[in-house]
Amino acid sequence: MTDSIKGLRQAVLIGILLLFSVVMLFPFVWMVSTSFKSGVDVFGLSLIPQHPTFKNYIRLFEMSAFPRWFFNSLFVGFTITVSVLFFDSLVGYTLAKFRFPGREVVFIFILATMMIPTEMLVIPWYVMSNGLHWTNTYWGVMFPGVISGFGTFLMRQFFYSVPDDLIESGRIDGLNEFLIWSKIAMPLVRPALAALAIFAFVGNWNAFLWPLIVSSDAELFTLPVGLAYFSGEFQSEWEMVMTGASVATIPVFIVFLIFQNQIIKGIALTGMKE
Amino acid sequence: MDRYKTRWAYTFLAFPILFYIVVRYYPTFNAFYISMTDWNIVSKEKHFIGLANFKLLFSDEVFYQTMGNTIRYTVYGLPIGLLLSFTLAYLIDRAGALESFFKAAYFVPYITSLVALSWVWRWLYQQAPIGVFNNILISLGLPQQGFLYDKDQALYAVLAPTIWAYVGFQMVIFLAGLKAIPERYYEAASIDGASRRQQLFRITLPLLRPTVVFLLIVGSIYYLRIFTQVYNMSYQGGGGPLNATKPIVLHIYNSAFRHFEMGYASALTVILFAIIMVITLIELRVTKSHD
Repeated sequence: MTDSIKGLRQAVLIGILLLFSVVMLFPFVWMVSTSFKSGVDVFGLSLIPQHPTFKNYIRLFEMSAFPRWFFNSLFVGFTITVSVLFFDSLVGYTLAKFRFPGREVVFIFILATMMIPTEMLVIPWYVMSNGLHWTNTYWGVMFPGVISGFGTFLMRQFFYSVPDDLIESGRIDGLNEFLIWSKIAMPLVRPALAALAIFAFVGNWNAFLWPLIVSSDAELFTLPVGLAYFSGEFQSEWEMVMTGASVATIPVFIVFLIFQNQIIKGIALTGMKE
Repeated sequence: MDRYKTRWAYTFLAFPILFYIVVRYYPTFNAFYISMTDWNIVSKEKHFIGLANFKLLFSDEVFYQTMGNTIRYTVYGLPIGLLLSFTLAYLIDRAGALESFFKAAYFVPYITSLVALSWVWRWLYQQAPIGVFNNILISLGLPQQGFLYDKDQALYAVLAPTIWAYVGFQMVIFLAGLKAIPERYYEAASIDGASRRQQLFRITLPLLRPTVVFLLIVGSIYYLRIFTQVYNMSYQGGGGPLNATKPIVLHIYNSAFRHFEMGYASALTVILFAIIMVITLIELRVTKSHD
């Protein structure tokens, strides 16, 4: 095959793929563009706002509880991420590096929980939260997620690659097992911890079903629950709905742009998400 | 030494094991138990009624409707998504340029809040002069469509963004699978005179079987669990018009948290659990028998 035919074919392939990226990205572009429009502009088909304005954002933050919801989502996402990193790596490490009676049983016991759909658990969780007065508290939103079977499984795989010699040398130096884990093993699995942190944060930032059920007090809404509620109220003002959607979307965009390679590698590696 | 390690191991595992018992296993058994009671949260009374909820469920018209919708989402969404994502991955692999841009562009909807995406699409689907799709149709001289307001179109109107939001994930998995196929297989095939098409059907697709099975399992679970889209795209989250878009999980949510029929809703979750289990086992078995 001649080079020019090859070049032409490649150009056609890239053209098709570019066209498809326009289809994939167009709803986002339209969303952000509309969030900067006002008045009759909102109904225009022009992608670039005629009179770009921050008015909608100012109104959103003044009139609704969006700042509060934003904080709630950050707080819930951050706390769960820290907890998941701690417990999942501790358990993953124990299952990978300790030999003890019952190890296989514990492993299967944890792995099996990944088969249970959340939808089946929300009713008992709700009953439990009601009885313990956890509804409309941060703990109520967070408790189902503080340890995850998926993360444990992921970390176990990575801790296998930590050489036993290093762990042994820690023992000879007189470190206790907790310090060996935190000082020697943890620094060696940093890339895995980064991937897990991103999955945990993004997954909880976007979580909808359980936060919707457990919080009825608007002060406790996370961003997705708040956005759903707000959009229902403001349905006739679509530019406000698009502004709210942009606020919920943009932080994840930024995280994605920074960690793009780790995220895509992590997904390809594990093939899963919470 | 062994006892020392065992002690440390169980010290590390104590709280997590307790967590899994209290927050995963106990609720699972509790869901089965609640499904056999007549409990509704308002009455506070709970009587054991055996399988009566399941009997009721099989005479509930809404159950059949929502099951039908859920099956439709899965049966249409999964193959379209797989075909599309495989095509994209195959083309990206062969284009040899801009790979990270394409990956990022296709992947972005997957990591974005489904609530936000649903409202964006709901807006795109509005009637003219609000909705972009209808504006485009009118400017092309075509008739307006009802989309989410039309009971025959609404399910597909919900399905489109559902596929769109998931295709990037499937593409990334396919691409990883394609990259794992050793180049020398293709070189050997070229030397033997195999065409691109033959290489695709004789080498690429057979070697991707594990990837496809994985995507079938997680994909069917993704489509069977559809909820957020419908909650946010239908009038007052009801799954209308006339239950035309309502999936099983929304029926569960409504039964439990709008009508407070906890026993009945739990029976529905037990059915969902059973369906997911059966599909996973069938798909796993199908791969095993091929190996």
